[in-house]
This record gives sequence, C-alpha cells and structure tokens, in this order.
Amino acid sequence: MNFSTLEEVGNKERQRQEKYQRRIFCCTSTACLSAGAGQVHTTLDQAVAACKCDEHEAEVVKTGCMGLCSSGPLVRVEEKEVDPVLYGNVSQEMAQYIVSRHVPMGEIEEEVDSEEQDESVTPHDMLHYRASLRRARTQTELDNTIISLDHPFFSKQVKVVLNETGRINPDKLEDYLAHGGYKALAHVLDKMTPEEVCNEILDSGLRGRGGAGFPTGLKWNFVRQEGAENKFVIVNGDEGDPGAYMDRTVMEDDPHRVLEGMIICAYAVGASHGYLYIRGEYPIAVDRIRKAIRAARRRKILGKSVLGTKFGFNAEVRIGAGAFVCGEETALIHSVEGKRGMPRIRPPYPSTSGLWEAPTVINNVETMGNVPSIITRGAKWYSSIGTEKSKGTKVFALAGHLRNTGLIEVPMGITLREIVYDIGGGIPDDRQFKAAQTGGPSGGCIPAEFLDTPVDYESLTKLGSIMGSGGLVIIDDSTNMPDFANFFMDFCEDESCGKCIPCRVGTVQISKLLDKLISGEGKPEDLEKLDKLCQLVKSTSLCGLGQSAPNPVLSTLKYFGNEYDILVQPTQTVEAGES
Amino acid sequence: MTTQKALSEEDQVHPSGDERYLSLDRTMKQFKYEKDSLLEVLNAAQEVFGYLSKDLLIYISNQLNVPMSQVYGVATFYHLFTFEPKGEHICIVCKGTACHVKGADRIIQALSDEFNIAAGDTTPDGLFSLTIARCLGSCGLAPVIVLNGQIYGKETPEAANRRVLEAVSRSKDELAQTMEVG
Repeated sequence: MNFSTLEEVGNKERQRQEKYQRRIFCCTSTACLSAGAGQVHTTLDQAVAACKCDEHEAEVVKTGCMGLCSSGPLVRVEEKEVDPVLYGNVSQEMAQYIVSRHVPMGEIEEEVDSEEQDESVTPHDMLHYRASLRRARTQTELDNTIISLDHPFFSKQVKVVLNETGRINPDKLEDYLAHGGYKALAHVLDKMTPEEVCNEILDSGLRGRGGAGFPTGLKWNFVRQEGAENKFVIVNGDEGDPGAYMDRTVMEDDPHRVLEGMIICAYAVGASHGYLYIRGEYPIAVDRIRKAIRAARRRKILGKSVLGTKFGFNAEVRIGAGAFVCGEETALIHSVEGKRGMPRIRPPYPSTSGLWEAPTVINNVETMGNVPSIITRGAKWYSSIGTEKSKGTKVFALAGHLRNTGLIEVPMGITLREIVYDIGGGIPDDRQFKAAQTGGPSGGCIPAEFLDTPVDYESLTKLGSIMGSGGLVIIDDSTNMPDFANFFMDFCEDESCGKCIPCRVGTVQISKLLDKLISGEGKPEDLEKLDKLCQLVKSTSLCGLGQSAPNPVLSTLKYFGNEYDILVQPTQTVEAGES
Repeated sequence: MTTQKALSEEDQVHPSGDERYLSLDRTMKQFKYEKDSLLEVLNAAQEVFGYLSKDLLIYISNQLNVPMSQVYGVATFYHLFTFEPKGEHICIVCKGTACHVKGADRIIQALSDEFNIAAGDTTPDGLFSLTIARCLGSCGLAPVIVLNGQIYGKETPEAANRRVLEAVSRSKDELAQTMEVG
C-alpha cells in the first residue's frame, strides 16, 4: 500500500467529519475520567440521540487531553461558522444542557405534557422533552461554565507536539490521517535521503526533551554513520519523574504521532527494528500504542515494506516495571534486554554500542513527537520558535499550588512568570509564590527573584535546576523547603540502583542528615557536611540519577538557606514556612 | 473445580493442574522462549497470578532457561513486582510531587492508622492493601488515590478512609453471609 491510498482514507474521514454540522468533543483522558468524563460522554451520546435530529447535525467524539485538567471534565463544541466553545467542570446534567443548547431538535411534538407520560414515551423522548424545557433556564448557568479560549491559559501556548491531542480520537488511525498524519513519513520516504532527514532535524535545533537536551540531529547522524548491519530505535516512554505526565498524554492521546516520528527516525538512521519502552504504571498508554501499532501494520505503515517502499521497519512495545533509573539510556537498554535496569559507564555511547551492542538511537516520546511537524513545516519554521540555543516548544505538566493546572505546551524562552501568573492563573488562597520546581528529583527549586528567567536549557541549568522532562510543580509559602528536599532525597534513595557507591551510600546519608536536621537535632556543622556530601555525590556518581540527585537539596540550600539555618539554631522548633 | 475442568479437556491440561500456567505459556511462546523476554514474562505472570510466588519464579526460570538467581534478581529490582498476594481491596495513594505538596502524606497516614498497617502492607485478614505509587500522572487532580481501579481526585484523608472502610465492610458482610449459609 502506498501513501496515496492512505491519503484517500484520510480524505474520506475528513469528508465524513465535514458532513457534520457540529462536533462535540469530550475529553476522556485520565484526569477528566476521574472527574466523571465517562458518564458525561455517555450522556452526550444519549442526549444527541434524544434530539432525534438529522444524522449529520451532530457527532460526539471521544478525545484525549485538552490541557486544562483542573477544570475537567472538559467538553468542546465546534460548530460550522461559529467559534468553538469550551465547557469546564461538566456534570451529567450540564452535558444535557450543552446538547440542548447546540443541537437542534428533530421532528417531534414539542408539547409533551408531563402528566401525559405513558409507556409509549421512551426515555429518549423524555430526555428530549426535559432538555427543551430547561433550555431557557440554563442559558446563564451554562454561560458560567464556559472557559474562554482567549484565556491566557490557551493563548500563550504554542502547540506542536500537542497539536492533535484533544482534537482527534486516539484509537482511530483514520482520524490521524484526516489531520495530515503520516504525510511527513511519506514525504521523507519519497523525497529525502537519510542524510537529508538527519540534517533537517539538526537544522531545526531540536534537542532531547527527556531533560539532557542533546541535539537530536547529531545523535541521529552518529547512528546513521555507523556501518553496522543491525541498528535499533528506542522510544523512551519511561516517564518516572513524579509530577510529570507529558509523555503519557502524548502516547495516550496521539499515539500515531509518536509512531510516525519513530519510523522517520528509523529511516534516517537505517534501523529496521524498534522498541517503545513504556512505564508499567501507564496501562492505557500501553494499550493505545499497541492498538496504534496493529493499525499501522494493517495499513502497511509498519512492516517489511513501509508504504510500499524498500524500507522495512517493525516496532514493539516493552513494558517497564517501575524503576526510575531506567530513564537513563544505558539502564533502559538493559531493561529492554530483560535484565536489571542498571546503567553502565559511557562511552561507549548507545549510538555506537547500544541494544545488544548494536548502534541505537534513544529518544524521548516528546522528542519523537516533534519530528513529524519539523518535516512537514520545515526546520526553518521550527527554529523560528524559541531562543538562540533552545528551539521549538516544550510540554510541561503544570501542577501544584496554582489556579489552573494541566498540560501545557509553551515556546522555549517564555518566562516562568508568564507560566505561573498568566497560564497558571497565579497562586490561590491568598498565598505567595515560593518556588517553581523543575526537573523532578533531578532538578531544583527556583525562587521568586528568578521568575523572569526565560525557560530554556541553559538558563535553568545556570540556576541550579534543569529543564528535565517537563514536570513543573509550583509551591506556595506553606511548603517547608527542607522537608520538600527530603521528599526528593527519599525518592532518590529508594530509586538508586545500587551499582555505584556515591549514589547508593550518599543518598542514604544525605537523607539521614536531612532527617536529623528536620527533627531538630542537627548542629550548625551538619549544614556544611550536607553541602559537602551533596557535592561529592554530584561529582562522583556513575549516572545521571546520582549526579543530579543532590540538586533539590543544593538548590534549596542556596535559595532558602534560612530555612535550614533555623533548623540548627538551638531552642528552635521546626515550623513550616511562614504559615 | 477448575482442576477437574482442566483435566477433562485434554489439550488444555497443564501438568500443574493450574490453568493460569497455560496463559503464561502462551506469552512465553509468543516471545519464542527468548531469554531477553524475561521482564515481559514476569509482567505477564504478575498480571495472571497477581503476585510472583517462588514456584512461579522457578517455573519461569526453567522455561526460559535463565538461572533462578537472575530471575530473582530482575524480579526484585523493579518496584511493580510483588512476592506476596495482595488484599482483596487495593488502595493506591499517589505520592508524586504534586500530590505530596497537596497532602498525600496525610492520606497515607490516615489509612495506615485506620487499618494499622504500614504503606505497602496488607491487613492480616487479606481484605485490604495499602500501596504507594510514584506518580500516577494525574497531577492536575492532586492528591489522587486509586481504589480498586477507580480514580478519585482532590481527595481528603477523611473521604479516603470512608471509601476504603465502605469497600472493606461490604466484603466483611458478604463473608459473614456466606459463613452463615455454609
């Protein structure tokens, strides 16, 4: 099957969608589901059926994350020639009102009196009747649940990786095709040499979104230039960072985008087999990616002959079983090989000796998600977004003490202030901003005085934190910093694989010292010891986990040192922040 | 019962008499009994059996021809594998960063006080397990718990206690009823 057949499938789907006067999108991602989106979706379906309108008046579509998770369940109505409307905190009852407001009633006697209820009146008729009855009353109520799409939460975002999430049904390959899916792959296979693909990615300035920020094109070129017969592509979906769910969302809500990026990468480096390593805690992501792989195989997007060309590629899912260290590439490789996920010394780097000693590209889910857009819209376009050294966009999982929390995609170089106060809507409950924590257990806390720092790889590193994979937790002044640092230290202590001594022993000792300080038994010299120990672990650990484990402690020592000082002053009891 | 049924269908018989091994065998066959598939096989085994017993690990070791020390080493390395049966009701409390700053610890404390077990343990009657997750990725709804597969966001210690108590007392009632009938 070549691409024109696929394009036709996409066109057909698009034409089918265009026939509908309006489409009602219901977010069914994890966050909205836990707020009751499942019932909302069912109600929407029933209510549309109850309207008994023409078939093409309305369609209810199950989609992935729309971003504003704190206001879930979210429902968006897109009507022809009308601006889209987004409703938040939708209840089952509200779902009925939404339908009655937007969807016209079909031919049915309007004057059903409630006394005249008899068995011939089906529940659907009743729903229809009730909906029309309540229409007038609920106008203003409904208006209150509308979330303006001009809200800075949306207007400050630039969507590349999340372009289709919340717009398409992740389980339908046709829907992805209708939105221009696999066009980039077809273009690459038809018009570009592997070298050109690598250079295009290099020119775009795309850097690894897993946190370290290594130029993706460079990595691809290394593997491409290896002469080995077998090469592999691994997509790292082992998002272990607590407080982050960017990769989960992309895999769940737009699985084909990840797959497309992966296949393009395989073509560029000359790999014939690949693995998507997905965290075991993400069963829905595993399920959706597997479904996407099956659909792609059926349509000959994966297999011996990708889109009818000589290039063959197959992808498989590997499920992680809960080990933070597996985010480190050499540890991840061991895990894919079915071993204990322990890192090894680099070099050799995976690009020369990776999976089963073959040259291997390992890229994060979000990195792969950027690839199709770069190919379609060009390196020049991509590099026009962002700062001098950090190009493109970054997806963040915005959480913590904020009015609006959820998943956001922002251009690199946006300031923390814009993220916290414009997109996040500021700190609720009359509290003060205290710090922004980026990079999870490997990152640090950035205090208020640096709120105007542009968010890019270099600036964050300079502040003692890291870009990280995209966890961004905002904390207010009720949080006690030594305690917060200890939370991450406990995490690292637990997750240390035990291979190298600085990390295995160091994390335990740091954690003990923190416990001692927090319990009020610390002495002034303990602070010095803590700092020294952190520096030691940072500079001598084998892999990224150990090297970055002290960051939360070091950054809080640096910016919130007074909270540690209080702990070692005699006769001082521990108190949380200023609260 | 299950044993008899399995024996009656000859092609479905597993030497152990436990049908669940058939499903595990299928997974191993799918991976062509390759040593590299150990992690996948362990995942499948836990899904089918609920936990990894010593017998099960020995079986996998033999089938994949991987030394028992390696099977045990891999199984104990990863957090998701458990070696004890889980309780009838499982409550997972998310301890991700967002949940932590919004008071996940208080929920854990409340539940472990109520049931007198530490996080990660199961009550002696086998009715309830309290487990901790690193991050469930629902940070927008922090703090989050998952009780028997159902997610509850913006949770409070009181509500969590109430939910678990309700679930557990339902099981206790059922148990009492069957005892009476028996």
